[in-house]
Amino acid sequence: MSQPTAEAQPDTAVVSPGAPSSTLGKRNKRRRRRPTIGRILAWTAMVVLLVISIFPFYWMLRTALSSNDALYANATSLLPVDFSWGGFARVFGLQSTEEAIAQGGSGADMNFWRYLGNSVIVATGITVCQIFFSAMAAYAFSRLRWRFRGPVFSLFLLSLMVPLIFTLLPNFLLIKQLGLVDTLLGIMLPGLFMAPFAIFFLRQFFLNVPLEVEEAALIDGASKIRVFFTLIIPMSWAPIATVSILTYITAWNDYFWPLMVSYTDQSRVLTVALGSFSAQTPQTGPDWAGLMAATLVAALPMIVLFACFAKKIVNSIGFSGIK
Amino acid sequence: MATLTSENAARRQQPGQRRRRRDDTKLAMIFILPASIGLVTFYFWPLLRGIWLSFTSWDLLSAAEFVGLANYERMFADPVFWNAIRVTLYYVVVNITIQTAVALVIAVLMQRLTQSTLVRSLILAPYLVSNVVAALVFLWILDFQLGIGNQFLEWIGLDRIGFFTTEAWAIPTIALVNVWRHMGYTALLIFAGLQAIPGNLYESARVDGASEPRMFFGITLPLLRPILGLVLIISVIGSFQVFDTVSVTTGGGPVNASRVLQLYIYDNAFGQFDFGYAAALSVAMLVILMIVTFIQYRVTRAGQTDLN
Repeated sequence: MSQPTAEAQPDTAVVSPGAPSSTLGKRNKRRRRRPTIGRILAWTAMVVLLVISIFPFYWMLRTALSSNDALYANATSLLPVDFSWGGFARVFGLQSTEEAIAQGGSGADMNFWRYLGNSVIVATGITVCQIFFSAMAAYAFSRLRWRFRGPVFSLFLLSLMVPLIFTLLPNFLLIKQLGLVDTLLGIMLPGLFMAPFAIFFLRQFFLNVPLEVEEAALIDGASKIRVFFTLIIPMSWAPIATVSILTYITAWNDYFWPLMVSYTDQSRVLTVALGSFSAQTPQTGPDWAGLMAATLVAALPMIVLFACFAKKIVNSIGFSGIK
Repeated sequence: MATLTSENAARRQQPGQRRRRRDDTKLAMIFILPASIGLVTFYFWPLLRGIWLSFTSWDLLSAAEFVGLANYERMFADPVFWNAIRVTLYYVVVNITIQTAVALVIAVLMQRLTQSTLVRSLILAPYLVSNVVAALVFLWILDFQLGIGNQFLEWIGLDRIGFFTTEAWAIPTIALVNVWRHMGYTALLIFAGLQAIPGNLYESARVDGASEPRMFFGITLPLLRPILGLVLIISVIGSFQVFDTVSVTTGGGPVNASRVLQLYIYDNAFGQFDFGYAAALSVAMLVILMIVTFIQYRVTRAGQTDLN
């Protein structure tokens, strides 16, 4: 089936960015005249999938704004039952222990601000260092000329194949030997130096910076280091921003590694705290309102971050960087 | 490339060019130094160390003792290990099948119906929350007594299901929770692959009178194969390493019904402080992942494209 069409379009082997949208526009216009049953079914499926995606978020909010007692009586109400900020108050530690227990909380100390701070430090530290060092390496692999560039780059590619799980246990031992167990640095350290994916991704974009621009700067007497900081990085800010956001989300959401390394509040991050918060079930049953308030607050920074950069992220997720 | 280098040569004198190259080597060493430290310290060294550890008996306190293949002998005779393998495979099959199918549907719907960034953002939203958050939300939604999910089942006339508390449902439920979190991201990856299929293929197929389903099976699916192969490899590797969701929701139970391999490794290392055995289990995981990746790569021929 693809044979004749492939012959018919030898001049459009490379599809220009405008082409798909224009054909799509035509297609839409043609279809709009007669909304077929198939199209209605397709939209229905799309809406159902969107509802499945979004409903749990709404349910978090609805539960977080309810009181625990009312939740037991009105499990099905789609609106918050017996509206209360109690869940959020417990998360932020604004309630006294007696008050919290009376409202169905566990009364256990939830040092939320500490966990939030730890999460911010860990995710920010990892993102900044990892992306900076990865960008440096990506520059060396794309724009500098040196002898073993190819083989060394292959070594880095090889590390993409090492499954994360396999390195966790030995890495924990290393962190322990370094005396960094239960410290934020211990959580950050394995991610600080590089991520194979980030190097890979950024190298692809650095390769596309026109050589002439770099040459011109060099002739003006700029050093290669200067070119990297004042030319390559500013020109590639879009891919750097994308990969930074993805790194930030991953670091923020990581659970297994921080769970291994942290033991006390000193280094506990939000995900780990949430995991243990759910385990401290009060005698009356889980504090669902408090728990949902906590999950919502933990998810909120990523949602805000995403809302700010949605278009950029959504459009850049793909294999453009890998191929 | 060739023309540019010759231009360079013309513009510069030969000795200057040579000095610049030598300078680059020095600079390159500095630029790759941090990344190299990370590569050796946190990828290659742990790889070797993990393999070595699997031949030892070690509880972290006393010195590691070389025990040869004892850990592996114990592993092959360990029913919980084989159960963990079975449970993990079951999870991966359920998770990947549903996830890929749903993601493919979403991707095709996005391509054929709407280019809206809003729709794509909403579909991607679950990916933003951590596994832990996703697990907790569904723990609540699917709660036996109070969960809206079970209320819904009752409304439509079905019996309530103990999603996380019955042996039969634990793994499928966990698999579905992770489908929820990853379907949007997977869909966007597939969507990117769809964008690479020339639109005029569909135009000419339509002129020939092909129906939507026929175009899907005749054009979309075959041309999507390499991307689908890559997506599968990435998501299967991730799927095998499931831990967070299980740890938060069922903790491996009821009995061992959801004790996946990763959780068993964690239990052995941090519950029993049996690092040697945990390392041997990790080697088993590594071997399985390598075999699966290899088979998938061959079967899906992910490295080749049919587009040219």
